[in-house]
Amino acid sequence: MVYTEGYLKEKLTKELDAVHVEVTDESDGCGAKFSVLIVSDKFNGKPLLARHRLVNTVLQEELKTIHAFTQKTLTVEQYKQKS
Amino acid sequence: MNNLLRRHVISIYNNSVKLSFRSFADVPIKDKIDQIVKNNKVVVFMKGVPDAPRCGFSNAVVQIMRMHAVPYESHDVLSDENLRQGIKDYSNWPTIPQVFINGEFVGGCDIMLQMHQSGELVEELKKVGIKSALLTAEPPKDEEKK
Repeated sequence: MVYTEGYLKEKLTKELDAVHVEVTDESDGCGAKFSVLIVSDKFNGKPLLARHRLVNTVLQEELKTIHAFTQKTLTVEQYKQKS
Repeated sequence: MNNLLRRHVISIYNNSVKLSFRSFADVPIKDKIDQIVKNNKVVVFMKGVPDAPRCGFSNAVVQIMRMHAVPYESHDVLSDENLRQGIKDYSNWPTIPQVFINGEFVGGCDIMLQMHQSGELVEELKKVGIKSALLTAEPPKDEEKK
């Protein structure tokens, strides 16, 4: 199964109640390397490790084939401060 | 008498050496990792070795450690398939590299990078008695600050 930006974006948005998700395929199309930015209030009060673990859990199946995965996890508040 | 004693001691020594070897080989990977991460303040499980990382993410972690001049023990998961899967199960984390401080899983490349940028890494190192080299480096000039 080759995953696409659209597929991951939809899944992350849905499962994490994310208000903003950016997915970038950095694999030149083979679907094994992605970078994501997720903005969700589900990250409120969670340290970085817990946030990343949450994302890893959502993508448990996918991460078996995606072997290079970079993630940024922001709360809505943090995202507002950045932009 | 002397000879007898020596032979006896040697045989006890041999037995215990054999025993410890055998038991180490039979130890489940989980226990081996337990020992590794508890016997060293900072441990990095990576692809390749610090002088020749074989993955960009592992390389990034090595560079961060170098910047802070952190003494650490590294383990190459590519040379041990058992360890490669074992470490993922141990920390319940799907990717390599993995960094442990004081026996605790801290994170992979993203987390290390973000902890480095936020200054959190310096604090974590301080907790285990490691002074980051960045603390003794020149403080950033005002105009460089955001």
